Amino acid sequence: MTTYTMPDKTGRYGNFGGRFVPELLMPALLELEEVYETAKNDPAFLQQVEYYLKQYVGRETPLYFAEQLTKKLGGPKIYLKREDLNHTGAHKINNTIGQALLTLRMGKKKVVAETGAGQHGVATATVCALFGLECIVFMGVEDIERQKLNVFRMEMLGAEVRGVSSGSGTLKDATNEALRYWAAHVTDTHYILGSAVGPHPFPLIVRDFQSVIGKETKRQIVEQTGKLPDAVVACVGGGSNSIGMFYPFIEDEFVKLYGVEAAGKGVDTDLHAATLTKGDVGILHGTLSKLLQDEHGQITEAFSISAGLDYPGVGPEHSHLHETKRVTYEAVTDEEALDAFQFLTKTEGIIPALESAHAVAYAMKLARTMSPDETMVICLSGRGDKDVEQVKSRLEER
Amino acid sequence: MGKERIEQKFAEKLASGEKLFIPYIMAGDGGLNVLEERICFLAECGVAAIELGIPFSDPTADGPTIQKAGVRALKNGTTLAGVLEILESFKTRREVPVILMTYINPIFHYGLERFAKACVRAGVDGVIIPDVPLEEEDLIAGFLHQHGIAFIRLVALTSPKERVVEIARRSEGFLYAVSVMGTTGVRQHHDEHVKEYLQTLKEVSPVPVLAGFGVSNGEQARDLGEYCDGVIVGSKIVDLFNEGKIKEIQELIKDSLMTRSKA
Ligand SMILES: Cc1ncc(COP(=O)(O)O)c(C=O)c1O
Repeated sequence: MTTYTMPDKTGRYGNFGGRFVPELLMPALLELEEVYETAKNDPAFLQQVEYYLKQYVGRETPLYFAEQLTKKLGGPKIYLKREDLNHTGAHKINNTIGQALLTLRMGKKKVVAETGAGQHGVATATVCALFGLECIVFMGVEDIERQKLNVFRMEMLGAEVRGVSSGSGTLKDATNEALRYWAAHVTDTHYILGSAVGPHPFPLIVRDFQSVIGKETKRQIVEQTGKLPDAVVACVGGGSNSIGMFYPFIEDEFVKLYGVEAAGKGVDTDLHAATLTKGDVGILHGTLSKLLQDEHGQITEAFSISAGLDYPGVGPEHSHLHETKRVTYEAVTDEEALDAFQFLTKTEGIIPALESAHAVAYAMKLARTMSPDETMVICLSGRGDKDVEQVKSRLEER
Repeated sequence: MGKERIEQKFAEKLASGEKLFIPYIMAGDGGLNVLEERICFLAECGVAAIELGIPFSDPTADGPTIQKAGVRALKNGTTLAGVLEILESFKTRREVPVILMTYINPIFHYGLERFAKACVRAGVDGVIIPDVPLEEEDLIAGFLHQHGIAFIRLVALTSPKERVVEIARRSEGFLYAVSVMGTTGVRQHHDEHVKEYLQTLKEVSPVPVLAGFGVSNGEQARDLGEYCDGVIVGSKIVDLFNEGKIKEIQELIKDSLMTRSKA
């Protein structure tokens, strides 16, 4: 077994990563790195994170044996890691609790964030309400339209939501605007980045805070089945729930890891968000990774039914795990995700987020190739309440 | 050509007691066919060099004016390769140094070494890449150096002293002093401490120091120019070209370069 030590001191994951940001932001990144390094070795800080995750977020989340789903599919025993049961309804809060506590540690009182589906925005607005931090969330106008309810939630929580109309008005553009805002206010504001993307040390910090998913899963599956799982499946937008799930399993080479991207209308069309499947190497939002771009190095727009997967980049560690083939990346279409959304809802009485429905859709295919003595874990990254309106109108169009 | 042309041109101007004025324009804004005309016009106005922006889809260091100019340029089909080709087509007809400013991804995608070679062919003298800090510059610095292209580094108001010294030491052609907290765009005035900042930079920098970001009128240019070697004016020039106000550009440059009566 080889030990896995990514990233190195410069924030590289093999050929990927780094910190491609204007000099203006470099001192803040170096400060964040230093503060995080001491915090993660400080038992008091770790205890604080654990306290809020337990008492406020409601961890640990169950690893639920999906008996009905297992029976229907006739393959491996399927377990669902119930991140949908977290406070605010998704895994995003695992990261925002940690980063809000880092914000306090740095003596900063203001927070800026980007959001796509609004899940990270809500999770950020929530911890800002809790810890008395000022909060501004940038969100693409297209996403504001798709996820009105989350906009309202953020505003109720006291955050200011700023619409971004540049570009395609989605997550990529909201991230640009958050970075610009951060540059102008970096002395008193922390940027709570919502996925395992961006310049070092963000991919590392987000991974570490999300790793609670994989750590719990590892212990729970052994408790319930006496062994590690044969397959683990998670959806990949920027890659935070998936890296949080995968990271504790990376050295267990016999555990197969599957990351599921959004294929939108199909990977052979122009309308998808399958960055690892179809993209190539480039630099966006401060990191060198795979991304969707044209032949001149201009970033192209991603497309997915799911706002949380609608991003033309992916975290650098995923590009590395893709290159080394430790993780297998697959893509599923809008239609497949919609089918899985309904299937899980009907068979288990669990309405998944459209993002998580992508993981379920691929798991359903994978299950056909596995046997009943094997086990599979699906990361159910969030709940689908936010999506029911959109799903309803999509189903009516069918 | 290259780094030497910038050094020579700047040294001449500074020796004659002139300040340096660098306008920024977005390549392809108004169409690539006006590029030669605009560069020659600016050269005649007495600028020290031209900073030529290559549009990028996600310009995180730029404010609304340059973002919009980039969108217009991209709509016109502007590409890095296309700009290099046009620059090559009239390189013998220009003497003013041309400095490309672009984000790293278009260069990375074009090919780093290929880019450095193409710069030489196109008569590009220097390069500014706002999203490549010290920590990442090994990616491209070697290629630019090998081909004699000045790699102009940027320093910021947030840079601590040790970084300032290191960045200034490495910078070629001149040191780009980002003089606002934030992105490019017109500002009415600069904070008082910007003057101190520029003075510090002048003390440590072995190359000329130019202030950029937010500079938008002659008064500001002269004001800042007292503490450094000159200014870079972007958004204002981009706006004026876009509005067809050519005469105002001429006046802005003239006004900026006016020597102050030492009262
Ligand atoms: C429920 C849910 N799952 C997954 C994602 C995708 O993000 P990531 O890949 O960072 O986990 C999102 C993003 O908004 C989300 O809300």
